[in-house]
Amino acid sequence: MNNQKLTMKKIKFATVWLAGCSGCHMSFLDMDEWLIELANYIDVVYSPVGCDLKEYPVGVDVCLVEGGVANQDNLELIREVRAKTKTLISFGDCAVTANVPGMRNMLGGAEPVLKRSYLELGDVTPQLPNEPGIVPELLDRVLPVHEVVSVDIFMPGCPPDAARIRATIEPLLKGEQPKMEGRAMIKFG
Amino acid sequence: MSVRTLTINNIPVAVEEGKTILEAAKEADIHIPTLCHLDGVSDVGACRLCLVEVENINKLLPACVTQVTEEMVVHTNTPKLQEYRRMAVELIFAEGNHVCAICVANGNCELQDAAIQVGMDHTRFPYRFPERGVDVSHPQFGIDHNRCILCTRCVRVCDEIEGAHVWDVAQRGENCYIASGLSQPWGEVDACTSCGKCVDACPTGAIFRQGTTSAEKERDRAKLEFVVNARSKQEWTR
Ligand code: SF4
Ligand code: SF4
Ligand code: FES
Repeated sequence: MNNQKLTMKKIKFATVWLAGCSGCHMSFLDMDEWLIELANYIDVVYSPVGCDLKEYPVGVDVCLVEGGVANQDNLELIREVRAKTKTLISFGDCAVTANVPGMRNMLGGAEPVLKRSYLELGDVTPQLPNEPGIVPELLDRVLPVHEVVSVDIFMPGCPPDAARIRATIEPLLKGEQPKMEGRAMIKFG
Repeated sequence: MSVRTLTINNIPVAVEEGKTILEAAKEADIHIPTLCHLDGVSDVGACRLCLVEVENINKLLPACVTQVTEEMVVHTNTPKLQEYRRMAVELIFAEGNHVCAICVANGNCELQDAAIQVGMDHTRFPYRFPERGVDVSHPQFGIDHNRCILCTRCVRVCDEIEGAHVWDVAQRGENCYIASGLSQPWGEVDACTSCGKCVDACPTGAIFRQGTTSAEKERDRAKLEFVVNARSKQEWTR
């Protein structure tokens, strides 16, 4: 059986981490021994937890996107990801709703947020971060991924648990679509 | 007592005159999703989740506030209704600030349940991120307007069951909010008896007991039912 798996064409698989806490990626690693099984089916071509490549390659089959779109870097990366990926999955509440990172939106714009965090609450040498080209500019609002690019599958949850991640990915390995329905597959928070 | 006969999803139903479509459906074991409806208090038709189609009427009607009529032909689960229901839930999520991950009601929330029921895995409407307040001036309870869906259950339990009438709806449109007393801090409203009925009635994490943190809110809905039955049916024990 393993020989058959190994000769099968592997799926090009990626994960990206935008404005989120990395909890969704930790939950991904929580799939434990199934990751070893999964490795038979996928080539991890880009991922903060599974690959060292720094450039997002072309022709990616499936990509899990954790996090909302909060700064210029996130914006550029998600556009590149969309252009080079067949099935883009909004992975977790920050990607699906903007969630906790999006709570800064209630302060209205990047400027009041920066002033509050770096000037009003800065105990020593309060100053605004300014390193063009190195520190990415904040967008005025943190956006859920689908408000920026089109998304194919939504997997809410903070984080989605390992069982739900597996139930979402497994059908894709066989060229089928997961059914995101019912209490087992839809869970915000 | 005169009886009305109608069909709901092609099932013949006979109910007393004056009953609503929601009550008739319940008698026939047909489930219609609801959110603002609460057993024991009046209905107001605030959430639009219970919308149904009635043949020969070209608009959708809220089942909780529409009385049955003779030979009415009702459909409760057409593709059109499924789409509108999902939109209603999406709009509720997009309107407020529902950050489930850090909500007292996470995992025990009727809005989350509604999302699951209508199959909402994301909202297609842009989130508004309104600026809303939190009032913890009451010694035991708090209200977080970010999570309020304006169902007015709190208004109705407090007025109709407790008889204190602490709550009202203030303003209109996007500025609408639930106000305590004469729009005072809750803790300053003498009429409040601190009975906690509004905590039990609130479907989300908007009204909560202080000291409750993420996913810890419990509500004793059976208590409300008990009080209502005690009064209307003289059932004094539970
Ligand atoms: S605690 Fe009781 S009296 Fe006070 S606002 Fe809530 S329902 Fe009304
Ligand atoms: S506070 Fe709760 S019960 Fe009152 S209107 Fe808002 S969501 Fe409904
Ligand atoms: S339950 Fe009928 S409108 Fe809310």
